[in-house]
Amino acid sequence: MPCKNCLEKPVIKLLNNEQLCKQHFIRYFERKVLNTINNYKLIEKNDKVGVALSGGKDSLTVLSLVKKLKDKIRVFEIEAIAIDEGIEGYRDKTLEIAKKYCKENDIKLNIFSYKNEFGNTLDNFLKKTSMKACSMCGPFRRYLLNKKSKELGFTKLATGHNLDDESQSIMMNYIRANLEISARLGPITGILKDKRFIKRIKPLYLMSEKEVAMYAFLKGLITEFNECPHSSDSYRGDVRDMINDFEAKYPGTKNAIVTGFLDILPKLREKYKNEMPLKSCKICSEPSSREICQTCTIVERLKKNV
Amino acid sequence: MVNVFIERENKTAKVKAKNAKEVMNILKINPETVLIVKNNELILAEDSLNDNDELRLLSVISGG
Repeated sequence: MPCKNCLEKPVIKLLNNEQLCKQHFIRYFERKVLNTINNYKLIEKNDKVGVALSGGKDSLTVLSLVKKLKDKIRVFEIEAIAIDEGIEGYRDKTLEIAKKYCKENDIKLNIFSYKNEFGNTLDNFLKKTSMKACSMCGPFRRYLLNKKSKELGFTKLATGHNLDDESQSIMMNYIRANLEISARLGPITGILKDKRFIKRIKPLYLMSEKEVAMYAFLKGLITEFNECPHSSDSYRGDVRDMINDFEAKYPGTKNAIVTGFLDILPKLREKYKNEMPLKSCKICSEPSSREICQTCTIVERLKKNV
Repeated sequence: MVNVFIERENKTAKVKAKNAKEVMNILKINPETVLIVKNNELILAEDSLNDNDELRLLSVISGG
């Protein structure tokens, strides 16, 4: 059977069983991302959008689509921001892809490294501590993205989170009874009106990981898919496998998890809006729920080599 | 037999199958986790395969 809209050979079968060829899939994908940006007001006039760029398929797709929108309507600015954790054989490779893309597309790329900001590379830190890579890297990366985005004057930070990422986070928080953390999810984050937090936006919120990979492949944004060698979040991996098994057996599962969640998100935000009083970290002044923020706590721990 | 390259594991396999859906079933690969590529083009899991076809299964799992 040919593409739903033309006689070309299809490359994807959608959830509603419609089949699309390469060109019509690209059109479908771009339209859906644009609708997400419009429906959730992810980008507004005069925004300065920072795109968190890793050089992987998700962030390159976000950057290419936000740039395309910017070139079309010209009422907001964009720059890219990348974090170099110092992961040999992985981040060096993806950062080269990021640099090349930004150069070819005339996008300013701001790179910040753990080495300059925290004193060493992630690879080296891991040699001296018993901490798991993701437990250190996650807080460090979020910290730098928030802090540097403010310094660069970004009004929004766009990330490559997709439908799979979000459905996993929703299920993980639910299974662990961490609903107050889920209150911070959604296509545009932030239940607290706090200037110390950059609002994060997720243009790929409703696109599955497979659709994003297809788009990146078909547009030639990426030729190989890299995976972090330190990836060790086995809990997320288990939830991912569980959801993928369900999706294969009951197509539409991921979409249902996320759209169902969006229905209850306003209630969650209402419930938890006063339960997260924010202080300023005594060491770095960044926002924190504790006296000393998570990042500074880790930095202190690393100084003691534990 | 179809020649299959599984990118994530950097492994190859020979599989007797009439389409990629059967290939993934035999190799116990969840269709949600891969793109199916033949001759550098994406194909559907149900597309018919011939003897000696070369398939690449590209992992779509995020790298963090």
